Amino acid sequence: MTKITFVEHNGTEHALDAENGMTLMEAAVKNSVPGIDADCGGACACATCHIYLRDGWAEKTGSREEMEEDMLDFAFDVRDNSRLSCQIKVSDEIDGIVVDVPEKQF
Amino acid sequence: MSDATIKTDVVIIGAGPVGLFAVFELGLLDMKAHLIDILDKPGGQCAELYPEKPIYDIPGMPEVSGQELTDQLMAQAAPFGPEFHYNRMVTGLEKLGENEWRVTTDENEIFECKVVVIAAGGGSFQPKKPPVPGIEEFEQSDSSNGAGVHYAVRKMDAFRDKDILISGGGDSALDWVLNLQPIAKSMTLVHRRDDFRAAPDSVNKMRALVEEGKVNLHIGQITELTGESDTLNGATLKNKEGELQHIECTSFLPFFGLTMKLGPVAEWGLNLEENLITVDTEKFSTDQDGIYAIGDINTYPGKLKLILSGFHEAALMAHDAFKRVHPDQKLTFQYTTSSTNLQKKLGVK
Repeated sequence: MTKITFVEHNGTEHALDAENGMTLMEAAVKNSVPGIDADCGGACACATCHIYLRDGWAEKTGSREEMEEDMLDFAFDVRDNSRLSCQIKVSDEIDGIVVDVPEKQF
Repeated sequence: MSDATIKTDVVIIGAGPVGLFAVFELGLLDMKAHLIDILDKPGGQCAELYPEKPIYDIPGMPEVSGQELTDQLMAQAAPFGPEFHYNRMVTGLEKLGENEWRVTTDENEIFECKVVVIAAGGGSFQPKKPPVPGIEEFEQSDSSNGAGVHYAVRKMDAFRDKDILISGGGDSALDWVLNLQPIAKSMTLVHRRDDFRAAPDSVNKMRALVEEGKVNLHIGQITELTGESDTLNGATLKNKEGELQHIECTSFLPFFGLTMKLGPVAEWGLNLEENLITVDTEKFSTDQDGIYAIGDINTYPGKLKLILSGFHEAALMAHDAFKRVHPDQKLTFQYTTSSTNLQKKLGVK
């Protein structure tokens, strides 16, 4: 089990244990983390599972692929540390990761 | 807009693949349908989200694109003369009496029918609204008045002589930059990166206009709108470095794609489970007599959100709906391969 913490815009923390192999988005939805809408169910087609990586995690999660980069055009307040959580796989590598949920997913 | 009431056997809400196939199944049993859809074309998600993307799990079609499947379903439904009402959202559903329902739209049309089939998929497609504080105050509901915030262009002339700000990097954004620039007073395009998803030809044309000084291109994001009372007069752009810049504009057109919202369906008193309509799998009826739900919008034990499930659901729905539309007739089960009666309806010669 890998520890993941989602921090809502209002500061509420959701620390959860996720199985390796699932995506950050799936872990969030399974645990009803508010603010991760995931309309399309993980097909990288909606940009409603947008999150911000905290410092230091970008290297461990890998970089955005072209499809994700394109989909981020549909997100709002996109920053350098923006990612779509459906494109990040849970693994031992990211144990302890902390991500921020934007104020709104549209 | 029309005040005349349209009377028909069946109103289908949603013209996606499942709604289209329902026309066919209903038609074979002599039921006439009107379809209402919020998009400007048939096909639902197939046509809007993935027209080019191949689908591999339609029985008998090893590979078909969303658009091809839509075209084929339209051809299959054509003999039954379905009538389409696009660019409308169904807003009201009301029981008039035993076996009689009234359906109303946001364009004030009224339909009266014996059966309503909800084939609304993931809900209605609605434009994504950028969460810019106060954006609602500047939203313009009159499509012939180009001032303010618009999520779609219905009448181009509404934007004549306006200072237009467009945000986005896809085809919608670029198409409207190119189409509106000649009639605009000024045209500004804002996108979060200097890389555009839109068709390369459109991107080249846009870049040429930027070279000529006819389009202002800024890389960044809009964070704020400014105006006096509810009249828009500018926007604040935040660039990559975090610097703020003021852009004058009288019209703001953000193009961030569409999102699906359940919309008014939630308000019709139907039994819902996690925003899906629960149905009886014998007939795909809801808890209200005469209202059916088929395709992605429904749920039942074992439900699979596949187009093929929706096709099956449409057939069972039609057989039950027949009893409501033609209560005096006896339904004889027939096959299209052997029934001359069905073949006549299909126009087979």
